[in-house]
Amino acid sequence: MTQTKGTLYKGREGMWSWVGHRITGVGIFFFLLVHVLDTSLVRVSPEAYNAVIGAYKNPIMIVGEIGLVGAIVFHAFNGLRIILVDFWSQGTRYHRQMLWTVMGLWVITMIGFTVRHLMLFLDGWGGF
Amino acid sequence: MTTTKSDALLPAQGIEAPRSGRIDPKYLRNGFSKSGSFEMAAWVFMRVSGAALVVLIFVHLAVNLLVGEGIHQIDFGFVAGKWANPVWQFWDLTMLWLAMLHGGNGMRTIINDYAEKDSTRMWLKSILYLSVIVIIVLGTMVIFTFEPCLLDNSGQLLESSPSFCQNV
Repeated sequence: MTQTKGTLYKGREGMWSWVGHRITGVGIFFFLLVHVLDTSLVRVSPEAYNAVIGAYKNPIMIVGEIGLVGAIVFHAFNGLRIILVDFWSQGTRYHRQMLWTVMGLWVITMIGFTVRHLMLFLDGWGGF
Repeated sequence: MTTTKSDALLPAQGIEAPRSGRIDPKYLRNGFSKSGSFEMAAWVFMRVSGAALVVLIFVHLAVNLLVGEGIHQIDFGFVAGKWANPVWQFWDLTMLWLAMLHGGNGMRTIINDYAEKDSTRMWLKSILYLSVIVIIVLGTMVIFTFEPCLLDNSGQLLESSPSFCQNV
């Protein structure tokens, strides 16, 4: 490793992945609260559930869903990286390489998800 | 002090490698001190539940959004069809509990980090714990008391009922 200015942590991969993990975690948590509440409408009436879940089929929400899945996929892959850092004997040595692997897998997963989600959305979309 | 490989890499000699000296037992991972055992359990839980949630949520997203008609297929009948199978009931129940406890513990950590006033921390965590309990209880009750084949006032099946209701 090259000895650069500053510390090993601040402003580098370790810190930014930690920041990203916190922000995505908080976002997912609040979505989860809403998602359990909207799903609970199946106990109110089919009409109530269908009306509210219909909001997820709006083009603006489709963009939001891609953002949500992006947050989930990052949190998931980076979480697995944290587990490896903690439990794999070589984890701390390769934590940066593992972060770039996480970002690479994230890009691939998100290209696949975004294309599929948009195609399925456009297929069944009735227009405005 | 014996010179190990990692010592040789340190730029300045005479500086001890991190954690090489005596460490207060409460900061050690082995041995459960009384005050540390909860945080230790929480730390383990985050990793175990996290790994499980990756599988639970990825399958949840794939089944609901990537196959069939994707987002457009999700309606009352779709949920009813899934929960007619006990595997999906158990799947969603596990996902609900693990996700809320994992997320709740993450939020607890963040509140502890950033809310410096004792009373602020107490209030935020009280609200958090209440929200987590309400959501877990509500979600669990919904999964177990769900009724897929609803009748209208005249005793007819509702139009939105899934097709398997015809045979019941």
